[in-house]
Amino acid sequence: MFVRNSVAAKISVNENERTDFKIALAGNPNVGKSTVFNALTGLKQHTGNWTGKTVECARGTSKIFDKYFSVTDLPGTYSMLSFSKEEEVAKDYLAGNEIDCVVIVIDSNVIERNLSFALQVLSLQTKAVLCLNLSDEAEKNGICIDKDELSLNLGIPVISTCATKKRGLKELKSLIYDVCTGKTKCFRVSRLYENVDVLNSDSHRENAEILSQHCKDICAKCVCNNKNIINERTKKLDKILTSKITGIPIMLLLFGFIFWITAVGANYPSEWLSIFFDFLKTNLYTLFSYLNVPQFFTGLIIDGIYTTLTWVVSVMLPPMAIFFPLFSIIEDSGYLPRIAFNLDKFFSNCGAQGKQSLTMAMGIGCNACGVTGCRIIESPQERLIAVLTNNFMPCNGRFPTLIAIIMMFFAGSTLAFVNSIKVALILVSVIVLCVIITLITSKLLSVTVAKSEPSSFVLELPPYRKPQIFKTIVRSLFDRTLFVLGRAVAVAAPAGAVIWLMANIKVGDSSILMHCTQFFDPFGHLLGLDGVIVMAFILGFPANETVIPIIIMSYMSAGTLVDYTSYDQLFSLLTANGWTTTTAVCMMIMCIMHFPCSTTCLTIKKETGSLKWTAVSMIIPTVIGIILCLLTANILSLF
Amino acid sequence: MNEKYTLDNLPLNKSAVVNNVNCKESLKNRIYDLGILNNVKITPVYKSPFGDPTAFIVKNAIIALRNKDCKNITVTPI
Repeated sequence: MFVRNSVAAKISVNENERTDFKIALAGNPNVGKSTVFNALTGLKQHTGNWTGKTVECARGTSKIFDKYFSVTDLPGTYSMLSFSKEEEVAKDYLAGNEIDCVVIVIDSNVIERNLSFALQVLSLQTKAVLCLNLSDEAEKNGICIDKDELSLNLGIPVISTCATKKRGLKELKSLIYDVCTGKTKCFRVSRLYENVDVLNSDSHRENAEILSQHCKDICAKCVCNNKNIINERTKKLDKILTSKITGIPIMLLLFGFIFWITAVGANYPSEWLSIFFDFLKTNLYTLFSYLNVPQFFTGLIIDGIYTTLTWVVSVMLPPMAIFFPLFSIIEDSGYLPRIAFNLDKFFSNCGAQGKQSLTMAMGIGCNACGVTGCRIIESPQERLIAVLTNNFMPCNGRFPTLIAIIMMFFAGSTLAFVNSIKVALILVSVIVLCVIITLITSKLLSVTVAKSEPSSFVLELPPYRKPQIFKTIVRSLFDRTLFVLGRAVAVAAPAGAVIWLMANIKVGDSSILMHCTQFFDPFGHLLGLDGVIVMAFILGFPANETVIPIIIMSYMSAGTLVDYTSYDQLFSLLTANGWTTTTAVCMMIMCIMHFPCSTTCLTIKKETGSLKWTAVSMIIPTVIGIILCLLTANILSLF
Repeated sequence: MNEKYTLDNLPLNKSAVVNNVNCKESLKNRIYDLGILNNVKITPVYKSPFGDPTAFIVKNAIIALRNKDCKNITVTPI
């Protein structure tokens, strides 16, 4: 889900592609730019109902009639006088490029404020189209806008759209075409920009006040019923979802419910997949022996690559394919910013801020995306704190591992109702623990290396919107499946090969793998783990998904040949190799608290621009994890 | 009638117009960008579960601000 932005940016930048015109989408945050972008380009950039979802430019192309257009989706921007990192991107682009047509997307419900940004853009670029998005919602709220009058006042064509329902998009396309080809002329209404220089940061207040006055005047002429009509539904829902008594419990219940559905729902497809893969494996063996494939390759391909690959797919895919669509629905509804609002007090006491909870939520998807998402935090110190602690949220590659261990060791692997509730409860507690660790670490960082001045929290809470449930589920399911499968092929398969080779190439009287695990064994036992687990975490550096398959393969190569198509069998494999409840607890701790994966490390390097902070981000969780494991193992051994 | 309040002690659901925004520079700009400018109407509508931050309605949008920042914004109730 969160990965789409960067993916879209990568796949579609093809410099050699034919483009006749350059257009850009600009607007306040959360006005539906990405939805318009998707509609124009046919790409599937991720969308969601919260400020700061898009933090990088996404590019795509669009063909309208006979011309080709390159489309740039700029991050949402409140003003040209940027001071958050993602806004700078938008400002630099608009100030430094000749653009054939800027599509200014605005939220019709908040037209007066949005117009202020539109004027700022228009002071820099003349050729533009104003797109009054979310028009259906505005109509419902009793806002009517005189488009012709507005168009005259601004000097650019105006169109109302409802991008989610695809209303007005055809017209928008032909307007863009007309503006680019010069069929429709835009003119500069110079009086609006008198005494305004939006790029001069010293006169920000004057600029803002002049423009705000212009907007008020324009709205008085063009907008009827422009009273403060906040959608009643939003007000009512917020009374419940942010209230003193019900706010936090509802949040926990909601997450508990999602985890519960995930745990219950994932089990069946997991089982089907592993039965299917197992069936295929038996046939592969037969085929390979029929073809007289040498023992070495059979081992490498089936026991190494195939086994790891199918483990990742059958165990990692189902929970993620269920969790993320559900999470996307919440995201679309507009609830996420309320979490930031509810929890800001905690974060502010820890020298951080509520928006960090948004980046943490992204971290559950992928820590690398969470780290990039930290750009929405304005203060550099707080951003650094959020970047360094993001890894405490169990990502995509670790979350299913946690579910598997909880199911095997703490809840019983059968799917009785009571068990599934237990799984959900334990998962919620684990996530709460992650949040607490994040808060404590943030506090420590804020008083030591990232000393920050008391900062502020300014966040727009969007109206609740009815999520497009079906569309979201299908999209998210598809995205997630592709993502997990892609990772499985890219990292799990090579990892499988490497491990198999290590387990089967002998140096002296035992395999390389044995040598390594024996080397780590004393250290591992100190932490309540063993050498195999420690090794697995180290070898899992490129991808955390591979940690459990590495453990399985190591144990199996040590002679305990068990098939592990179900959790029951895996459980007996693990217990046969000395796993106890203590091992499981320590394993979970280590899973949450160790160095980030290689992709995340690279992203941290990119975002902080410093090797030092990248190293710190690796050291902090590892040290905390080791200490906690030491304590846990020793305390539990007393009983 | 012309009583001066700071935004943090304006009672819930009581509307006021902004007189002066006196926060530090970067925050001030962000607050302006969100439409909180002199003579603009602002209404606190609800507080977060722990009493801070507070959500305000400004120009038909809901904006959350921390109480300590609200202390630096003076308003006149209407």
